[in-house]
This record gives sequence, structure tokens and C-alpha cells, in this order.
Amino acid sequence: MLKSRAQLIDLREKCRSQAADQVRRILVCSGTGCVASGASEVYEAFKTALAEAGIACSVKFMEDEPGVGLKKSGCQGLCEKAVLVKVEPEGFQYIRVTPQDCEEIVRETIQRGRHVARLAFTDSSGNIHKTAADIPFFKKQKRLVLSRCGNIASDSIYESLAAGGYQALEKALFEMTSQEIIDQVSRSGLRGRGGGGFPTGVKWKQVGAQKPGKKYVVCNGDEGDPGAFMDCSVMEGDPHRMLEGMIIAGLACGADEGYIYVRAEYPLAVARLKMAINQAANLGLLGQNILGSDFSFQIKINRGAGAFVCGEGSALTGSIEGKRGMPRVKPPRTVEKGLFNRPTVLNNVETFANVPLIIEHGWEVYRQVGTESSPGTKSFSITGNIENTGLIEVPMGMTLREIIFDVGGGMKGGKKFKAVQIGGPSGACLTEEHFDLKLDFDSLAQAGAMIGSGGLVVADQDTCMVELARFFMGFTQRESCGKCVPCREGTKRMLMTLERIVAGDGRPSDLDNLVDLADTIKATALCGLGKTAPSPVLSTIKNFRAEYLKHIVERKCPSKTCERLKVIFVDPSLCAGCAKCSKICPASAITGKAKEPFKIDPALCVKCGACLSGCKYGAVKEGW
Amino acid sequence: MPQVDLSLVDGIIDGHLGHPSAVITILQEIQEQYRYLPREVFPRISAKVGLSEAKVYSVATFYENFSLEPKGRVIIKVCDGTACHVRRSLPILSRLQKELNLTDGKVTTEDLLFTVETVACLGACGLAPVLTVSGQAHPAMTPDKAADLIKAIRETELKTAAALASEHSALRSNDPSTNAVGN
Amino acid sequence: MLPMMTIDGIPVEINGERNMLELIRKAGIELPTFCYVSDLSIHGACRMCLVENERGGLEAACSEPPRPGAKILTNTRRLRKYRKNILELILANHNRDCTVCANNNKCRLQDLAIRFNIDKIRYKNTSLMPIIDDSSACVTVDRSKCILCGDCVRVCEEVQGIGAIDFAERGSRMVISTAFGVPLAKSPCVGCGQCSAVCPTGAIVVKNSIEAAWSDIDDPNVETSVQIAPAVRVALGTQLGLNNGTSSMGLIVAALRRMGFDKVYDTSLAADLTVIEESQEFLEHVGSDSKLPLFTSCCPAWIKFCENNYPELMNKVSTCKSPMQMFASVIKASSANSKKRHVHIAIMPCTAKKLEAKRGEFTVDSVPMVDHVLTSQELIQMIKESGIIFDQLEPEAVDSPYGVVTGAGVIFGVTGGVTEAVLRALSDDHSGMVIKQLAQVGERGMEGIKEFEIKYKNRPVRVGVVSGLANARKLINSVLSGEKVFDLIEVMACPGGCVAGAGQPVADLNVKIARSKGLYTEDKLSAIKTSGDNPLIDGLYQGVLKGRVHELLHVSYGGAHQRLHHSSDQSLELSHENDHGANGQGGNGQSENDHAERNPPTPIHDAI
Repeated sequence: MLKSRAQLIDLREKCRSQAADQVRRILVCSGTGCVASGASEVYEAFKTALAEAGIACSVKFMEDEPGVGLKKSGCQGLCEKAVLVKVEPEGFQYIRVTPQDCEEIVRETIQRGRHVARLAFTDSSGNIHKTAADIPFFKKQKRLVLSRCGNIASDSIYESLAAGGYQALEKALFEMTSQEIIDQVSRSGLRGRGGGGFPTGVKWKQVGAQKPGKKYVVCNGDEGDPGAFMDCSVMEGDPHRMLEGMIIAGLACGADEGYIYVRAEYPLAVARLKMAINQAANLGLLGQNILGSDFSFQIKINRGAGAFVCGEGSALTGSIEGKRGMPRVKPPRTVEKGLFNRPTVLNNVETFANVPLIIEHGWEVYRQVGTESSPGTKSFSITGNIENTGLIEVPMGMTLREIIFDVGGGMKGGKKFKAVQIGGPSGACLTEEHFDLKLDFDSLAQAGAMIGSGGLVVADQDTCMVELARFFMGFTQRESCGKCVPCREGTKRMLMTLERIVAGDGRPSDLDNLVDLADTIKATALCGLGKTAPSPVLSTIKNFRAEYLKHIVERKCPSKTCERLKVIFVDPSLCAGCAKCSKICPASAITGKAKEPFKIDPALCVKCGACLSGCKYGAVKEGW
Repeated sequence: MPQVDLSLVDGIIDGHLGHPSAVITILQEIQEQYRYLPREVFPRISAKVGLSEAKVYSVATFYENFSLEPKGRVIIKVCDGTACHVRRSLPILSRLQKELNLTDGKVTTEDLLFTVETVACLGACGLAPVLTVSGQAHPAMTPDKAADLIKAIRETELKTAAALASEHSALRSNDPSTNAVGN
Repeated sequence: MLPMMTIDGIPVEINGERNMLELIRKAGIELPTFCYVSDLSIHGACRMCLVENERGGLEAACSEPPRPGAKILTNTRRLRKYRKNILELILANHNRDCTVCANNNKCRLQDLAIRFNIDKIRYKNTSLMPIIDDSSACVTVDRSKCILCGDCVRVCEEVQGIGAIDFAERGSRMVISTAFGVPLAKSPCVGCGQCSAVCPTGAIVVKNSIEAAWSDIDDPNVETSVQIAPAVRVALGTQLGLNNGTSSMGLIVAALRRMGFDKVYDTSLAADLTVIEESQEFLEHVGSDSKLPLFTSCCPAWIKFCENNYPELMNKVSTCKSPMQMFASVIKASSANSKKRHVHIAIMPCTAKKLEAKRGEFTVDSVPMVDHVLTSQELIQMIKESGIIFDQLEPEAVDSPYGVVTGAGVIFGVTGGVTEAVLRALSDDHSGMVIKQLAQVGERGMEGIKEFEIKYKNRPVRVGVVSGLANARKLINSVLSGEKVFDLIEVMACPGGCVAGAGQPVADLNVKIARSKGLYTEDKLSAIKTSGDNPLIDGLYQGVLKGRVHELLHVSYGGAHQRLHHSSDQSLELSHENDHGANGQGGNGQSENDHAERNPPTPIHDAI
């Protein structure tokens, strides 16, 4: 238990010197993606290989003798190429590592310092990139929040300390007043990374200004957007950074209790956070009289139970209170009456993880990255039909083109880009015309989109945008809490309409009705999630109106996705005119003259498929 | 169906000092015990935390993760997050449902071996499409791979069951008095 | 000077209004809402009350506090479009069998659909078939008409402290449901009906016994008698062309006779009996040194609530039957030798009375003592159906031999009334001065919890008066925790007492106050103000009640609970249960010793 600042400095020095004593470090990525691809097996294989080679292996930092460090790190980012392994100090980044590769890595890299080229990242032109820094995917990134994620053992507070963890807390606690902390955060221009982009400093100031008494700090780790996992990576890979941010928030606003609300689907994040909280408490970085000061702070974890809407602030605090996650009307706002009706600072994981950077380096340094109105970096999870899927962190204001082609490596399989969905089910789709759009809060808002929590899903030519809109509507409809009429009933009607369209039953009035309803929901829904629920539909109608019309008027799906729009037709070149199909057709949709090619009337066809299996010439075919 | 041991439920509730704000956590912990929320626990929770039974039911039915029906021993969650969706996760779900004779409404097999459900994003989008089997993620799935997966699980289960049965019968032949223990 | 806000160009003073909605309504604008009920927490879900601010932003008027200087618009092109679209969405998921709906013409959804001229619905109706829960004796629930405003959920939880129903599931699958969807009758519902009172549509409506009543009235082999509860007479109000709170007892009697009822009586007489029995019981209770208070027993929803939540307190609830059941017992006992089948009907402000009438304790050979309970609303319906022009009737008096009532009996209809009546009975000075003083000790008023202390025989007597069962729960918990001590607690389930019963036409606070004033006025005008002074009482105790006081006026709920301080009662309670209603002989041997087996109570000395 550390009882003073001096003791913390002392411990940090010890950690650093111990870290320096490690000849080499093997970092096995243990993010959700890599674990799913067998990272644990790879880790065990390394252990065996090191033992067989007679190399001392330090698994527990600060406890085992320094030797070759073998660590489970957080997400290293390039999830597509799992399992990822990094070897330091060379910084070799190996990809698609299997347990069979470990012996070779130990023999070549660990023992001889040589690079194993066959496990390196090779680009489409055949160039081998040895280190992470060389790989184009990482080159254009600016990993500040994620600086430690993937580079340290995610389960060790000592490694975190060695890498500068809790330095900001130390500074805030012993060198700054609450006012100064809030001031730094305000001047840094940090905006909430959860979606809306509300200035964090303003929020803190408002909570700080509330009468003294019980206040709470709540961390929103309910990253619900399907296709987003940045917060998950932070919680799994560098939990202490986030805890540090929360503790500083408590210090700044006069709160002594924090809650982290983690999505149910992130069990690993929960486990890591629990471990991190225990570690911090054991060292006296959490709990009563932190580092001997008069500031006390504790953190509890609440697991979500499966409700997207709990990402909304008041639904989230309601859920922590044991209620249905239904957003409530505001005012009163969360800063006045949040959790348990007390003033509450509510920020998301990434926002809290930014705080130590600001405190440690000062707002001026922080503002050097990003744009004037959106300083700092933003992490995105970039997924879909793109070459390099994974977790990235880039300066705010980077263009879509740079992200998709430079960082993301372009479209998978060389297919044509069609759209990118940003901000999940609350967001919008952007097209080629937005390639030079800067990704920051204000530019996106102007384009009718939003960062949301930062999911970027790339769609290629084979993606049907109407079906994608239906998918998102299905999601929001399923996840609507049901409280307010526009969201509950409106999303249901929008979904029913879209379902009809993709099933080939669209009506000419559908588009106007969709837009009319979307406008109503957007204007009148109770919470942010409801208000943004129609966005994917509005933006696809705006950008892909022709595709909608194809579905509605011609009953065709140009990207050959909508199953119900398949047609069954007779290939005249194969048809022998035997009339069997017309006899078995229950809908009398097939007509023709004997010995001549028959025809199927699409208006009558019920797509039962009887003719398909009945034709012995293979002349009846299915297609779009 | 497991017998509901209310003293165990009491222990869980007492562990949270019967505080109404802990009701979700209490339900989660009970579900961890039984893999679903047996109806019998509701009046008990209601009485001990001071919320009406309708309120506890209301909370339990709001959240997707709670099940009021017994679930299978193996829970398969097919991710239908955006990334998985655009990489065609729905055919995987359809295949699993077909193989196991399930529908969107009927998610658990008769023998209580499998439960198949969808989940909105597991956070492993880089490896889409993904599914999890009892919490363990399987990346880059296809309908065929998924079908193989359940086949393998079923075989393992059968083997385990057979092994248990033979062990059981061995025990029985050795010493009839242990019969009851084996149950 | 008070701060101002501008609403649709009209300057309006802000004077303590809790939200913009109140202010807008004060300005004379009937802003539409479904989920705003002033006594309940703000829900903000219907989105009908959105208004437009000077920046073009939309705000929900129900949750927004008034802002001095703000300018808002309540009727713009956008707002009208949104309101229409929201109504259309609700109607598309609503069983629109309006013409045969029990709430036809009283429905807020229907009303707003008319106001906003909804003439087409673009979407397929997804709620065509009724989904009915008919299990409750008090209300009928039809989920296909529910618009999920949650008013019923909040009134049940916040006002009544019960939570029999709540939201279940979510999103478009969301419904209002009991736990596991059990029938309402099997839930903790107490039948107070407040859910139906706040329901804006026909999703929760009061059970209707009109046809059953007519068929008995029409049957030549049946002799019908009817009793009218105190609170009914002041509630027919505007619906029948009278002012709110005006007592129309004489008109009701006239109307009922015209409809064909053979005998028409006033429940207030039975209230007098209740007062006499209950004050005697209270004296014994005070003498028993019980740490717990005696609870009143007139309100059937309260009885059910106590059984469900505080079964251990049931032996502290007065054994007096409710006035309705006392009257029914007396009527049925006196008409035992009648040639025709005697059917007794009660007109009540209350839905829970329908449940009470069906309780086993009040049923003899599966015939209930009260054959049908009609609510005030049903009475209005029957009057209208009969073509009676109510306000043109000549008032008539109730039938003898039960034709005299006291003011004490009449004020039973308002919270604090039972207490006040008992206090009058306990005092042996019945002068106008004392009666006036007794009106001011703290039992009157619409507050949900009233506590006061008076001196009785140099001993302080602590009295609690609650209405609204959540308030009852609060007070009882403070008693059980030892924080508070009372000698008597009066409980009425409906906030404000029976004047605000769910069987009455729906009323806001002002109407409730008008009704209670109406009852107090009738009290003032009454010649006799104290129950014991009712000249009919003697005759009753000497006549039909002789030897049968316990059987006819008292009850043991749910079986033989024991009353420790009521020593003479114990054996009687038990035998009473066994012989219930057999031939009126149950426990008669012992009942000679029973407290109730005597003349009207002897005057009490040194009162108050």
C-alpha cells in the first residue's frame, strides 16, 4: 500500500529498472479477436518453447526473475491478421501466428535476434514490413490513448506504472487544485467520445459547481454499436488508463464513488477491470486516502444485461439503479440529478482514457493533435469489406480517404467501394463524395452523420444499401426501449415498410412516408437513440435513392442480396418445351407452346421452386 | 430442470444486502446458477428487496440476457453486428437453426443441449463473422463450419455421456450400494 | 412582479407552476397529452405536449420548468404534423372498435383523434383482436387498446404503493403486465380501480353490472332494494347537468324509483352503525394498551391491501363490516321472510366494492349479501339510458324504515370523515360548538397523510388519517419501526377518500375538493350530526340487530384471526366463522356477553 507520493515514485522507478532488465519481451495479443483465433494456445506454446530452449521466462512482472518477458497484451490493432505477436526491443510484428510458429520465433528472434520473414506483414506488392511502425496500417495512426494498449501486459499494474501509468493522477493530486484540473480539461477542448461530442470540461465544471455532497463518476462502457469495439479494447488492454481518468474526474468534481457500466457481451473486459481495480486498491491508488492524501475514491463495476439503449446516459444510470433501462425526460440533467439522483459525471471509456494525457502533458500539447474544434485523436474500429480490419487511432480530422485506403488498405478483394456506415445504427452512410470529408464532430454533423462511438463499417458493391438500412432499422427497432411513441411505434412502421421493400412489396408512396416518419421520429423521440434511429434510412435514401427505386418499382436488387427479389426464369436455350414445369406449377404461372421455350410470369410466380427441381433439362433457373 | 434452492437465492440476495438497486446483479447471479431465471425466485426476490413482483419481472423481461425459459447446456451466440452482418452472418444462423430444428421463436433444443441466439456485436468485428460457443469465440465462420462445430460438440457430449454412463454402470456392478450416489 | 413567459404571443405570469404544461394550460390552451397526470411522476413518453422554443427547438412541456422570459409556441405547422403523426402511429396499433368500446366518448385518444382530424391511417392495424383479462371483479383490461402511456403503472406504484402491474418486455413487444402475466385477480391488485381512472383509453375500464341490475329490476318475482353511498350524491355533477359537488341525493332517489327500484335507501345510515360499533371498539382498544393502532375497516381496497402486505396487522383492523355490508346484512335479515326474492343493489363510488361484495365473508349459500354493485358512472349510464332528464326531476326522500341519516354518516365519503364521525361519537357534548371544534383538529383536508393528537379523558389520543395506499404503507412502516405511535388510523385507498373513488366520474383535485365540500355542506344542513343521536338506531338494535349484532355488523376476514385484547370475542370469532350465516344463531350463546350486544353505547364522559 503506497502511502505517499514518494512511495509511488519509488515504486515506479523500481518497475522501470526491472523493465529495463528484461532482455526481450514477447507480447501475445490477447484482445477478443486474437483470443478467438487461438492466442491462448500461442501463449502456452511460447512458454513451452522458451522452457525447452532453456530460457528464463518472466511471466509475472516484478515477481519472476527478469529474463525474457512473456506477456498477454491488449489489442494490437490489426485484428484481421490474428494472432498477433510483437517482439521487443526490435519491435517485430508477427501476424497469423500459430502455436507451431512459436518454436521458430524463440529460436530465431529471441535467441539470435533475427527476423522471421514468413510471419511478417506483407503488402499487396509483396513488400515485407518488419515492425509495426513500418506497416501502413499503423504508419498513419497516432496512438496516444492506445499507446500502451498492445504494448504492455494488460493485466499488470506494474507494467502500467513503468509505462507512465498514474503519473497524471499523481500530478493532479499533489500539484493541482480541482479548479485547475477542470480548467485543463476545458482548455484542452476534449469532447465526449461517446457520440454527441459534448465538451467534457463543461460537464465537469457543472458537476463541480453543484453543492458539495454525494456525487458520482460514471463510466459508460456499454459500447453497444454493432461494429464498434474500441472501448472494449481499452478496457481489456489498458484498464488503468481509464481508471486513472475516472479517479481524476472524481478529484476534480468532488465525487468519491465511481461506477463502470460494462456491456454484457464483454466478459473479458469485466475480468480485466476487476483485476485492475483490485490492483489499484492494493497499491492505495483507489480507496481511502489515496497516496496518503485526503482524497478517497472507489470504483464499482456493473455488468449490463443486454440492452443497447443503456448506452444512453439516463438509461444507463437507471440500469445501475436496478431499473429498466428506459431513458427519462430531461431536465433535470445528469449533471444535476444523475445516478441515485445525485450530480453525476458521465463519460465514456475513451473520454476518460484521454484525461491522463491532458493532465500529464498539459492542454497545449494535447491540442497539437486534431482539429481546432475537435482536438485530440479518435479511435475507430474499422470493419466490413476492407483489407485491414481492426482497431485504429487517428488524429481528429483525418479524411475518410486516408482512413479507408491508407490505414485500411483499401477494399477487400479489390472490390468497388460503395459506402461506409459511420456511427452504427445512430449514424449515417457516407459515399465516395465524402472521401475528403474530415472525420471530426462538426464536419460529420454537417454531413448529417455522427461519429457515434466510432464504428466504421465499409460496404462494397455487393452490399445492398436498402437491406443495410433494413438491418439497422431492425436493430434499433429491436433495441428500442418502447417508452416513447415515436421510437416504439415509428421504428416499427419504418421497419415494416423496409421489410416490404426488400421483399418486393414496395409501394410508390413508401419513400415519402419513410421520410415523413423519419422526420417525426428525429424531432420528437425522447432520447438521443430514438432521435437518431432514422439516420441510416434517411442517409441511404438520400445517397442511394435509385437503389430504393429499383427495389420498389422494378422489384430488383442490384447487388443481388435480397433473397425475396430473386426471380425464377426459364433459360430458353436449355428449355425443351416439354411443358412439365407448367403442369407442376401450383400458381399456373408458366405458359408456353409445346416444343418451344416456356415462360414464367413473375407476377404470378410464388417462388415455390417446384419447377426448379422438376425440370430435367436444368432450364429453370434462379437469379436476380 | 434443476431444483431451485431458495437458500442459495437468499444467499445471493443477502450478498447484496437486499438492496433494490442490486436487483439486476442479483438476477444475473441467479441466472449464472440455473442458466435461466426460475419463476420460483421472483416472489423471493420481491419480498427480500422490497420491489413488487411485477417490477422484478419487468426488469427481467427488459434485458435481453435474462431468460425465463431453461437454456441449453451449450449456448451458441451468432453475432449479427454490422461487421458480421455485411460478411453474411444470417446464413450461419439459418444453417444452425436448420441443423438443430430451431426457429427465431424456439431457441433451445428439446434435449436442452443447444441454445442458439443472436447477439448484437461481440466486439470481435475484425474476425467477422463470429459466433461464440459457451463464451468462446470462433472467428471467420461459414454455415458449413458452423454445422461441423455442432456436430463435433454433439459427439463430445455423446462420448461424455457414454463415459459417464459406463462409469456409472461400472460403479453399479462393483457396488450396488453406491447406486444412489451416482444419481 | 411575477416573472413572465410568452406563450403563443400571450404573456403569462409564472406563479409556482411546476412545468410549462401547467403554465400553458393556465393560459387557456388545451395542450394534448396522454401520459401527464399531475399527481404522478413525469413520464414524458407520449410526446404530444412538445412545444417549439424561440430557436425552433422542441421541448416537452411536461418536463420543462417554466423559464422566465422564454417565448414558446404551442401550435405550429411542424407541431401539428408531429402530433398527427404520433396519433396516427398510436391508432395504427390500437383496437379501434370505438363505437362498442366501454370508453366511447370518454376516451382521450378518440378525443384527440377528432381534434386533430385524423381521417386516414397509412399503416396496417396491428392490434385488431381484443386481448382481455376479465379476471378482476373490478376492472376489465384489454391490452389491444393500451397505448402504453404508463399512467396505470405509475398510479399503482406511486399512489397506491402496490405495483401489481408494470411494463414488461420492451420496444414494440412492450406490454403492461402483472408478474408473468398472471390474471389480475391473482396479482396483488386490490381493486381500487385508480388505474382505470387514469387510463386515457378503454384499455382498463370498470366492470359493468348494468345489465344484471336491469334484469333483476325487470323481474316481477324479484323485490329490489338499493343503497346509495355518501360520496355518490356529490359526484354526478356535470355529466347530468349539475355543478360539481352539488348534492343530488333527492334527485338520485327519484331517478332510481323511476327506473323501477322498489326500495331506495341511504348507506349513511349504516355508516352511523359503523361509527357506533367502531367507537366502542376503539374504546376497548385504547383500554387494551396495545402498542399498535386500531385501523378502520370501511375501505375494501385497504382491507385487501392489508391482507396482502401486512397480514400480521389484520387483527388490528376493526371487525366492523363496511357500511355497505352492514346495510346489506340488515336489509337481507329484515327481508328474510319476503315472498319475493330480495335483490340488494349498492351504488358506490368505488370499484373495490364489487370485489368486496363477492368475498366469501359476505356470501351466504353462494348468494352475496349485495347482489350487484353499481358505480356512480354506471348509475349515470342507467339514468341516461332511461331517458330521465335528471336535473328536471323533483327530489324525493329515501324509504322508511331507514329514512333518517346523520351528518356524521354522510361525511364518510371524504378522507377524515370516518375519524370525525367517531370523534363526535366519543364526545358526549354534541353541541354545535363542539362539533365545530371537532372539524378543526386536523382530520379534514385533501392531504394524503394527516396526523394529530387530541385529549380524551386526559389521555392523549393519536390519530392518523391517510388516503392513498402508498401513504398508508409509509405510515404503517413508521408505526412498525416504532418511529410513530398511533391509537387510531383511518385508511382510505383512494387519494381524497371515496369522493375520488374510481367508480366516480374522473376528477381532478378541484373537483375532488368540490365534492368534499358538497358532503360537508350536507353535514352542515343535517339536523342530526352524531351517529348515536340517529333516532333509528335504537329501533335497529332492539329490532333486527337484537342478538345478531356480531353476525350482522362484524366480520372476521380470511378466517379466525384472534383478537388478543378482545377477550370476550375469541370464542365468538371462531364459532362465528363456523356458523356463518346458517341461521343467525352462530355464537349467540356467548354474544350475550359481547360488547355489541347492548343498547346504543352509553354516553362517554369528559370527551375531548
